[in-house]
Amino acid sequence: MATIEQKGMYKVFPRSGKNVSFTHYCPGCGHGIINKLIAEACAELGLQDRTIFVDPVGCGVFTYYYWDAAHISAAHGRASAAATGVCRARPDAVTIAYQGDGDLGAIGFNNAFQAASRGEKFGCIFVNNSLYGMTGGQMAPTTLDGETTTTTPFGRDPALTGHPLHVCEVFAQLQAPVYIARVSVADTRRIMQAKKAIRKVFEIQRDGKGYALLEILAPCPTNFKMDPLKAADFCMNEMEREFPLGVFRDEEAREPLAARPVPRASSCRDLFVEKDAVLPAVDDAAFAEKRFKFAGYGGQGILSLGLCVAEAARLERRHTLWFPSYGPEQRGGSANCSVVVSGTPIGSPTVEHPDVLVCMNQPAYERFAGDVKRGGTVIVDETVPVKTDPPDGVRLIRWPAIKMAEEFGVPKAANTMMLAALKKFKCTGLSDDNLEKSLVASFKKKPALGEKNRELLRLAEAREHS
Amino acid sequence: MTKFVKSNEAVVMGALYAGCDLYFGYPITPASEIAHGAAKWFPMLGRTFVQAECETASVNMMFGAAGAGRLCMTATSGPGFSLMQEGISYLAGAELPAVVVNVNRAGPGLGNVYPEQSDYTPAVKGGGHGSYQTFTLAPASAQEMFDLTMKAFEMSVKWRTPAVVFADGLQGQMMETVALPEKEMPRPDFSDWAAQGEPRTRGNLVKSIYLDAAQQERFNNHLQEKYARMAADAMGEPYLADDAELLVVAFGISGRIARTTVEELRREGVKAGAFRPITLNPFPREQLAAVAKGRRIMTIELDAGQFADDVRLNLAKAGLGTEAASVKMVHRMGGEVVSVDGAVKFAKEMV
Repeated sequence: MATIEQKGMYKVFPRSGKNVSFTHYCPGCGHGIINKLIAEACAELGLQDRTIFVDPVGCGVFTYYYWDAAHISAAHGRASAAATGVCRARPDAVTIAYQGDGDLGAIGFNNAFQAASRGEKFGCIFVNNSLYGMTGGQMAPTTLDGETTTTTPFGRDPALTGHPLHVCEVFAQLQAPVYIARVSVADTRRIMQAKKAIRKVFEIQRDGKGYALLEILAPCPTNFKMDPLKAADFCMNEMEREFPLGVFRDEEAREPLAARPVPRASSCRDLFVEKDAVLPAVDDAAFAEKRFKFAGYGGQGILSLGLCVAEAARLERRHTLWFPSYGPEQRGGSANCSVVVSGTPIGSPTVEHPDVLVCMNQPAYERFAGDVKRGGTVIVDETVPVKTDPPDGVRLIRWPAIKMAEEFGVPKAANTMMLAALKKFKCTGLSDDNLEKSLVASFKKKPALGEKNRELLRLAEAREHS
Repeated sequence: MTKFVKSNEAVVMGALYAGCDLYFGYPITPASEIAHGAAKWFPMLGRTFVQAECETASVNMMFGAAGAGRLCMTATSGPGFSLMQEGISYLAGAELPAVVVNVNRAGPGLGNVYPEQSDYTPAVKGGGHGSYQTFTLAPASAQEMFDLTMKAFEMSVKWRTPAVVFADGLQGQMMETVALPEKEMPRPDFSDWAAQGEPRTRGNLVKSIYLDAAQQERFNNHLQEKYARMAADAMGEPYLADDAELLVVAFGISGRIARTTVEELRREGVKAGAFRPITLNPFPREQLAAVAKGRRIMTIELDAGQFADDVRLNLAKAGLGTEAASVKMVHRMGGEVVSVDGAVKFAKEMV
């Protein structure tokens, strides 16, 4: 028996489970022809080593039996998403996704469309045979008006299911694709045109030009319930009337967009390690854990005040935790954060009973003052009306933070004024030096402002308080 | 070398140190800082960030990238995690390494963006179709968000199954000090199975399909044998458990609440200890059994009891049926968090 050269295909197909050299496609099916054309194009262009095929779910699921190149078998509808991952992971590879009309047109339409819109560098070969093949001849988005399928037993009714989806025409609205075309494999002349178009898809990928979509109209005699010749006629007449052949976009000559430059780092170390990084915490059981709550309106610098105390604790090599309000506490337009400073590893991050509560507004005082631990301290801005006393054994300090900041002509520094109170009244268990260092460091990007705030801190601290 | 960072950012840093080359993600609160960090830092290191059109796309992009032999990841929260389950099953079915971070928010449905641990079952038991398992780790601090993300890549590569980093909306937002390692992990070589677009990988095939029932069964047996061997990498952390009469079992953020609860109980004269699973699958069954025998046991959790049930199951499988039957739970849901006060009160009523 004479052997016919099958370029780009394995000679026998052991992955099918048998050592056969025929495909699983039905007689007269377009897939068989398309499989051969794809294999030939890949081999003739010398791209088998570079090519990664992304196989679909549907009748094309077993292309990995046939094409002699690397394969990734994707989930139903997701070949274009998987191909995105492949071409991003292997930019030098030739990535080809193979999808049917249920796969691409229905379940995976948005994945295919968005990949095209991003201009992903893969070629998508889209086989349109107007229905679901392997699943049993159900309606696809490409099913013709009136066409009988297993889920349109009375013919597709546009009143209920709309009209056939024109994938090429829709994708042609996008800017990124470089090539969009529709061909057919229903007769020899069309097959020759299809072969040229398939080669072009490979060439575009070989040259890294960008996204290409090639729709191929294919007969499905089994599900059309026709003999192969009638099925080919249906494909050439009925299907082409709905889906005219042609090139919708050809910008192969266009230079691909170059990515804009971004700041670069040479390694993780280069990117993350700070020159002046503080040393890790050391265990010191003698240091009494302190829990802080800072609360006020958004914009009063509450979160940065917490961070400043946290940084001072880090400078002192304490275990330190900062976190913004969580859960239902977040409601009501208020801002609050918690800080835990400890000599030993910190357990619960939530501050149920603060040792120190700093309140910049009335809701904060009313919400949290009652929770303060016996022996703890509440510092509340002087503008806040204190209608109820804090619990027994809790020190209350009313402090003119907002007023002082305004007097100093820096209203935004009210949080620095609060830090002055924390320092003056020895609320933190942290050294004065580290509190100042941390304050200055918090203005790392504006050193002049850091020094200004240090000065304000000292002025505020020196203020008499009754 | 230390850095004070938000836990969510520590995930990205850990991934980069682990050699993760690609991030695919769709933003969702309260996991979005992970996408923000990745969008900035991956390109700065010449690596790839792709904002996907949906979580289904993210996970399938990972399927492609992992199939092409690169380390990749995504991060999401509950609803996105649900959408990814099919893809995670495919990753497991094709034995691909990849890391999915789930910063659990409150559910079901849209729920809210506050912390819960209610995705326990899909995060730990394999939430998609088929008999597969993920390697699931439960960090409790920024340091662990960093370390366990690195570990997730290591385990995912070692066991060739997707790894899940299972965090929650509270810890995602916390800032703590992270100690950074000296070196990045070297890139593993996947050329014996991955489709890399090179001559040496031309014959490789990445797939999860076995059309023949006998073949599919053989593959499933292979997976189950592999998952059984994963038990060797289970991790757990006992705390003051040696002389404890009451053992508080909790993971992630609840594990930290358990630690403070135990300290408070000890101050009040109750001999309490804690056990925190660090891997949830494989579950540290033997480690738990070693400290649970003959103890009263309570769990702290932010779900409806899915974790307590798993504790009971693991105790029973370890032969501690009596202890399993005695497990009690203190829990909150909806974004509310178990307070130390509440846990202490509950514990005192138990002893």
